[in-house]
Amino acid sequence: MTRLAEGGSLIDRTKSVSFKFDGKTYQGFAGDTLASAMLANGVKLVNRSYKYHRPRGVVTSGPEEPNALVNLGSGPTHEPNVRMTQVPLFEGLEATSQNRFPSLSTDVGVLNALASKLYPAGFYYKTFIHPRVAWKHLFEPVIRNIAGLGRAPTEADPDTYEHQYAFCDVLVAGGGIAGLLAARKAGEAGARVMLVEQTERLGGRMLVDDDAEIDGKSAVAWVAEQIIALEAMENVTIRLNTCASAAYDHGYTMLYERRTDDRKGAGPRHRLWRVRTKQIIAATGMIERPIAFYGNDMPGVMLASAVRDYVKLWGVSPGKNTVVYTVGDDGYRTALALNAAGYKVAAVLDVREDPIGLLVEQVRAAGIKVMPATGVGKVVGSKSGVSSIKTVSLMSGQDDTPLGDTIECDCVAMAGGWSPVVHLYSHSGGKVIWDAKLAMYRPDAQFRPTDGSGEGFVYAAGGANGALQTEAVLKSSSEAACGALSTIGMKADATVPGVIAVAEQPMQPIWFTPTEGKAAYGGKHFLDYQNDVTVADIRLAAREGYESVEHAKRYTTLGMATDQGKLSNINGHAILADALGKAMPDVGTTTFRPPYTPISMGSIAGREKGILFKPVRETVMHDWHASQNAEFEPVGDWRRPYRYQQGNEGREASIHREIARVREAVGLLDASTLGKIIVKGPDAGKFLDMMYTNMMSGLKIGKCRYGLMCNDNGFLMDDGVVARLDDETFLCHTTSGGSDRVHAWMEEWLQTEWFDLKVYTANVTEQWAQFAVAGPNARKLLERFDGDIDLSGDALPFMSFADGVLDGLPVRIFRISFSGELSFEVATPASYGLALLEMLISKGGDLGVGPYGTEALHVLRAEKGFIVVGDETDGTVTPHDVGMSWAVSKKKEDFIGKRAMMRSDLTREGRKQLVGLLTTDPKTVLPDGAHAMSADGKRAIGHVTSTYYSPTLKRSIAMALIEGGQSMMGQTVTIGIDAKTDAQAVIASPVFYDEEGARQNV
Amino acid sequence: MLLIHCPCCGVEAEETEFAAGGEAHITRPGPDCSDAEWSTYLFDRKNPRGVHLERWRHAFGCGKWFHMARHTYTLEIYGVYKADELTPPQAILDRIAERTSA
Amino acid sequence: MSNVNKALARAPGYSTAADALGVQLEAMPLRAMITIRGDLADATLVNAVEAVSGCTIPAVRKATFAGENSLLWMSPDELMLFGSYTEADDLVTSLNDKAGGAHMLAVNVSDARAVFRLSGEKARYALGKGAPIDLARGHFGAGDIRRTRIATVATGIVMTAEMPDTFEVFCFRSYGTYLWNWLISACDKDALSDLG
Repeated sequence: MTRLAEGGSLIDRTKSVSFKFDGKTYQGFAGDTLASAMLANGVKLVNRSYKYHRPRGVVTSGPEEPNALVNLGSGPTHEPNVRMTQVPLFEGLEATSQNRFPSLSTDVGVLNALASKLYPAGFYYKTFIHPRVAWKHLFEPVIRNIAGLGRAPTEADPDTYEHQYAFCDVLVAGGGIAGLLAARKAGEAGARVMLVEQTERLGGRMLVDDDAEIDGKSAVAWVAEQIIALEAMENVTIRLNTCASAAYDHGYTMLYERRTDDRKGAGPRHRLWRVRTKQIIAATGMIERPIAFYGNDMPGVMLASAVRDYVKLWGVSPGKNTVVYTVGDDGYRTALALNAAGYKVAAVLDVREDPIGLLVEQVRAAGIKVMPATGVGKVVGSKSGVSSIKTVSLMSGQDDTPLGDTIECDCVAMAGGWSPVVHLYSHSGGKVIWDAKLAMYRPDAQFRPTDGSGEGFVYAAGGANGALQTEAVLKSSSEAACGALSTIGMKADATVPGVIAVAEQPMQPIWFTPTEGKAAYGGKHFLDYQNDVTVADIRLAAREGYESVEHAKRYTTLGMATDQGKLSNINGHAILADALGKAMPDVGTTTFRPPYTPISMGSIAGREKGILFKPVRETVMHDWHASQNAEFEPVGDWRRPYRYQQGNEGREASIHREIARVREAVGLLDASTLGKIIVKGPDAGKFLDMMYTNMMSGLKIGKCRYGLMCNDNGFLMDDGVVARLDDETFLCHTTSGGSDRVHAWMEEWLQTEWFDLKVYTANVTEQWAQFAVAGPNARKLLERFDGDIDLSGDALPFMSFADGVLDGLPVRIFRISFSGELSFEVATPASYGLALLEMLISKGGDLGVGPYGTEALHVLRAEKGFIVVGDETDGTVTPHDVGMSWAVSKKKEDFIGKRAMMRSDLTREGRKQLVGLLTTDPKTVLPDGAHAMSADGKRAIGHVTSTYYSPTLKRSIAMALIEGGQSMMGQTVTIGIDAKTDAQAVIASPVFYDEEGARQNV
Repeated sequence: MLLIHCPCCGVEAEETEFAAGGEAHITRPGPDCSDAEWSTYLFDRKNPRGVHLERWRHAFGCGKWFHMARHTYTLEIYGVYKADELTPPQAILDRIAERTSA
Repeated sequence: MSNVNKALARAPGYSTAADALGVQLEAMPLRAMITIRGDLADATLVNAVEAVSGCTIPAVRKATFAGENSLLWMSPDELMLFGSYTEADDLVTSLNDKAGGAHMLAVNVSDARAVFRLSGEKARYALGKGAPIDLARGHFGAGDIRRTRIATVATGIVMTAEMPDTFEVFCFRSYGTYLWNWLISACDKDALSDLG
């Protein structure tokens, strides 16, 4: 065990927690992360790397962790690629390592590593190009099996997730001292503030690196005071376990809250916040950099800051005997922390030739050996971790330098300098600038991301702005708060708290640590642990001409995937700059893309899954349809009854039964979904003359007219019956899916083109329940109601309507037909719909009444040759093409589509025209969409648009669009059924039944 | 995701409440126009990296169409104006000039 | 149409809301809803609407109330009049009569929408799980109306009272079942316990 006897500010030693890793049971404490608990149990090997399957251990203590990715949970709660450093330990937690076979300690994939010379940068691109066919069938399956991170779960996730919208003036990302001060200043200025922190604690690094005094108090006491002040402010909201994942355009910010990952509490597991903020203060701190040296990926090599985090926060020492390798004073803090906890520090290796200062002196005073101008030349050890290092002198400046002493150790703490977390600043276009003195990219205040008014909306504060030491951090935070607030017309107090802190000497960056022999090429100097990218890879990319950092990134995979440049970028870019002989800023940096850390798929879906996945529209009769065994089909967002099943009958039997009912008795169709738009005003007729191809202004009150609507390309977009209610008012029916679209279309023309027209519209689709009452018995059925409408053919002829009452139900009855039968469409306010339906059914039992579904409707209309917009049309079809020239006015000066129909392509010979098809074998039903072939069989000349077996005609019928079809009546064409089978069909009129219309006109 | 001020109902709302309607101020020629004029009306659209005058509709809100002057790269919005205005108001033109002169 | 039997009209039915809600949620009975379109600056129209409804013409994105009636600002040329369901046709007739020859449209849409009521201190947060609008206290209050979306459903949200915070949410009736189920999910008390 490496748990210290005491200490660990985050753990509760009275609460033991039991968990499993790879099937073995371990113990930790409440407050542990999975990473701290594993380290406390002395387990260093936790994963295998992505490409070479090299043994890997925990490197960090936070979200930047590249190695320690595990599978969490099992079965439906299984989640791959979870960073152990971010998993709060809970009783019964189960985790398994990934990317290994058959086990973590015995992994056959490690053979890749033996062959690593065969896997240089761009290996896949270079090797698997030829033969092409082998990629699909051989290379890709094998590579996919070996490569990749965790495996996706196969069962539905039982957890719940949600989104939450919020609005604020200032969003402060990060709860370290910079974030706390900025939030407090913004809060005191009266702004609406959200302060979010990705961990469960406020205070940031100050909880560990507490060697400063702020406002005369210890840093920890100052932090506690800020928290109390912030919690007391009504205008400040603090959310812990909430990561500012992304900053998008115009202040749209995505926060990722992990609510119940600790399995405490109920409700949604993750919450995705969609925050619109006026200003963001990115107080996101810094991430420590690793150092490139030979073998720097061995388990036990860690960031120096992480080592002291484990000691101070969780009471765990990753090593009993540690070597610190540092570029500046900061690494000495790790040596002091370990020493204070009673662990041995074998040596501090310092890049600088002459380290001086208080921290250095304290380390020396503790009896720890400090080795100036010395690096880690080589790490020696095995999969279970580091056993020693060999030093190397940094004086020669040569990559290939003889190795020096051996130092026994079980942990190497790397302090390679710090990189500001500039992600939030960069997500929406903020630029960064290279600061050579601090060896970091930091936000360039000249190029902030800008909002809709062109103002910068992200201010970086503290470490995220490049401030390294406490005083500078607080000053930067204060400036950020003042700047952000002044941008939105508010004022923050500019006072900066007084700080007494240890003075630090300048750091000296190192990008590559020399070693001896061939290894100096850099093949085991890792830059990107997660993607197994080494110094050698970057150098190779440079030699092969990848001069752009963006190209080198893609070629080598440096900083890709979840790393997003957190650990790897700066070192990688420095190596590239060196290899290209360029200065760092001339190489540039890659784009930081959201999210900052991966977010769960569940959080993206939110609660819109299962029955909430997508809204569906139901008519007021929906439950009645369901009670009649309706099978529903989607029509737009609507769910309409496709057919009603009786007993054990098959699908076709139901449809044929329903068709026969309409042709022989009386059927009821729920037509409520048809769009209904009121168009009213003195100019309503004029307006509709523009909207429809035919003349609507001349329609008489009480009459109906079938109308076609085209777009300005001349192509059909909707159709329906228009009724004139009074002198100024029309009721326009649209297709079922078209009501919203057509209403919006009308409003678009009224608002943007003809705003001088006096016309108002209203979409009243859902005001009405509407039934087609169709069949020879339709009139008999309706006459059984106690009503005030004369339903006779003389009083209410075809294409007219009347308002009245049926048995106490307010109705409007239209004499229109989509089946070719005697048909009344009866509309009643939706709330009366069910009552009307029940009465129709109960009154018509002896007349053979019953419902019919949309498939019967389709066969009935196809028998009559009626088109359906969307079946017979596809956005390239004109009214003339479908034989409806009669519905296109020649008198009107203009209408939408008129000019387009004069275009040469729309008037030429040989356009596809709507025809009927009768197969020579009446039993053969053509496939929908089947192609008609030219006489020589070399060319498709058209396609089938609707095709059914007609039980009325006892044969198959189809409609098709065929080139010049209307002049090919009686000719036989070949229709392809599948790759091997053809059918013959005779071109005929598309009206297969009752061509004179005698049945509907009675 | 843009934050858009609707000049018709006065709200600032996120882009998901709106529907984009393409380039603004396209003149619809009459039925006697030439094929070329008709083609221009139907198909020719600007695609600038820069200031764009465009149509939007507050689809989930008040339902009204309006015009917006927007920079397609920086996403800066110079102003919004009503659908029945045939050219941008002078104040918006001034703002565009001021903001794009640098 | 004096012989219409108004008892035959049925409000939409929904499943019973679960007990574990952090917000009181109910589906509202039928009410009159009249869409009025016209020039809201036209004195004839304004007088007609105010006389018939008893409500004053609401300011932009506001609702006004008078007894059972309320008047909602829907867009620059559109109002919605709420009232008693059984009087809907009479309201339309009166509006048309009183507006005289003014160019306007008044149409009965009382059966076209579903209305739900949410009340309780967490109601703002429940709606905030799907509506992309600022519902915070001080930013949205009694008498405010906003047309927006909840999830992907077009809705109107009216705040009828504060303390206890009460919202009415309406959408086209065909989306009612979906929105009802969505609201039940969003009102789950465990999803609200840490908000507000």
